[in-house]
Amino acid sequence: MTIADVKEYIHGEVLCGEDHLDREVHMACGSDLMSDVLAFVKDQSVLLTGLCNPQVIRTAEMMDILCLVFVRSKKPTPEMIELAKEGGIVVMTTGHRMFTACGLLYSHGLRGGADYERFY
Amino acid sequence: MNDSIELTYEVSGDDFTRAGEASSDCKQKLKRLGVPPDVIRKVAIAMYEGEINMVIHANGGKIKVTISMDEITMELADRGPGIPDIEKALRPGYSTAPEDVRSLGFGAGMGLPNMKKYTDDIHITTELGVGTTVTMKVKL
Repeated sequence: MTIADVKEYIHGEVLCGEDHLDREVHMACGSDLMSDVLAFVKDQSVLLTGLCNPQVIRTAEMMDILCLVFVRSKKPTPEMIELAKEGGIVVMTTGHRMFTACGLLYSHGLRGGADYERFY
Repeated sequence: MNDSIELTYEVSGDDFTRAGEASSDCKQKLKRLGVPPDVIRKVAIAMYEGEINMVIHANGGKIKVTISMDEITMELADRGPGIPDIEKALRPGYSTAPEDVRSLGFGAGMGLPNMKKYTDDIHITTELGVGTTVTMKVKL
């Protein structure tokens, strides 16, 4: 799916990176723990999180994450948006809670990409 | 061999929100140098975790990155409290980070394990009350 699809499925509001909505994304990760996000080096193109501070943007940048979703209508600060723009990261916010936002994307085919899936 | 490139960074210890600036800059420079993306990501993650550690535990420090023909070396040196038990510190989930850092998404005891995981070599020298130097290498 594309980032535009992500936006549609989770009823997201794009806060920056409108020019990159046509990018393809294949794997996602939902976490409030940045060290857990950093523990999996595989291509995770979408990060959903309830945590809202500049280190979330930094983590996304280090991991080459293309799209960052803040759940429960959390809004990043202007400084965070600037950081995301510098890194070319699409940032959106959704009113859904973490579980629901992840579930909506999963039901449309987006996967977690963790080793666990090898067992299926 | 004078073909190596050296980058140095001062990491400020008083502002957690700025942690990661050095790693971010280094990542951009490696990109410009044409280093393969998988190597860049490993270096970026290991350095970022190290930088975060410096800010959380050691009130900042210095980072030196050396890029040579066959490897990238990161040396992170701080004048922090030192690590009493390195073996414990390398254990996934072991953490001495304060609660306020945990609420920011870090301090889950994955920093050093992640640094070890993403580098080909990690060497830690530490002295209580003097400081810690972490040297990591990623092969090109």
